[in-house]
Amino acid sequence: MPSLKDLKNRIESVKSTRKITKAMQMVAAAKLRRAQESAEASRPYAERFNAVMAGLAASVGGSDSAPKLLRGTGSDDVHLLVVMTAERGLCGGFNANIAKLARAKAEELRGKGKTVKVLTVGKKGRDALKRDLGDLFVGHVDLSEVKRLGYSNAQDIAKDILSRFDGGEFDVATIFYSKFVNVVTQIPTAQQVIPASFEDEAAGDDSGAIFDYEPSEEAILADLLPKGVATAIFSALLENGASEQGARMSAMDNATRNAGEMIDKLTIQFNRSRQAVITNELIEIISGAEAL
Amino acid sequence: MANTMQFDLVSPERSLASLAATAVQIPGADGDMTAMPDHAPTITTLRPGLLKVEAPEGSSEYLVTGGFAQINGDSLSVLAEKAIPVAEVTRAHLDELIEDARASHEAAKGGDDQTIVDDAAKLLADMEALGTHMSL
Repeated sequence: MPSLKDLKNRIESVKSTRKITKAMQMVAAAKLRRAQESAEASRPYAERFNAVMAGLAASVGGSDSAPKLLRGTGSDDVHLLVVMTAERGLCGGFNANIAKLARAKAEELRGKGKTVKVLTVGKKGRDALKRDLGDLFVGHVDLSEVKRLGYSNAQDIAKDILSRFDGGEFDVATIFYSKFVNVVTQIPTAQQVIPASFEDEAAGDDSGAIFDYEPSEEAILADLLPKGVATAIFSALLENGASEQGARMSAMDNATRNAGEMIDKLTIQFNRSRQAVITNELIEIISGAEAL
Repeated sequence: MANTMQFDLVSPERSLASLAATAVQIPGADGDMTAMPDHAPTITTLRPGLLKVEAPEGSSEYLVTGGFAQINGDSLSVLAEKAIPVAEVTRAHLDELIEDARASHEAAKGGDDQTIVDDAAKLLADMEALGTHMSL
């Protein structure tokens, strides 16, 4: 049976925890709005880009002269998994879900006898995967110093990946991130970026116009494919940013609510114990008086 | 004949312009071109340079790098990796461009393909001329 003082301390401590989680929730809500805005601002670019690429890829894709980024290296023995997570924790299952998906994919590929390499973006994913896949890590991108995600961050990551590709380090690259649906739902997603595939968008490109290409279709494609990788990574980073804040917001909302419930419970326990102590004292006084 | 077309300029981070334009001068990879309404459908990649937009409300200029322009008869979309309204361009932006151009020029010199070296040298000269043009 905890003493009254213990209970009081406990209540105070839970109350201050509730203040912290409440504050974190509000900060996440404000950041979520910003993250959502930048995710929305980037959408027109990504959509048009993919529509044009789909058209180009469809017309050039079949030929042997197609760039390696589109056609692939001809084998799929070495896979690069780019795992993008947050730099911070306390956001529910956000980081764990992405890591779980990546781990499952890595196991599946290894089961098939493929070689797996892992590039992590964000500290939390690295920590989560260190135990199982630590020996497969080939690099890490630290974004903890980045205040506001810009396209240049995505370009740097893309440059890193592309130079590895040119160096023949891997055949297939897949990025792992969390797609933002709403505050309570984020879907961990795997998306193949090299060789590029634009199948989803191909159906949408029905403008029907026959374009002149300047320079040639192949040259444009070769110029744009690396940019496509950067674009895909940029959208993924932004989706991830929104997802992280959304996940944190709902996790902190839950934590605040739980702290509230705990305070109620502890307060009742505290009041009961106090009552019991008072009753006890009264009994002692009365029985003392009767004894006289 | 329509005398304006829908013009959109988008960068990955935001959409910069969406308006009705009468003519747009695009720094294409193979040279500048001006697109007017009912231009033949064309897709061209961009080289770093100035994009000039003529609209009934007045003209505007943007510094664009990397990306492409998609011209349809009645609309024109420019997707640039980086696009900055000329009024907001600072010397630092330009220095960055010149630095990039110089780096690719240096890299090209190492190779043996003379056309690439020439292209890179031209780009470098262009970028430096751009600074003078904008009197930065």
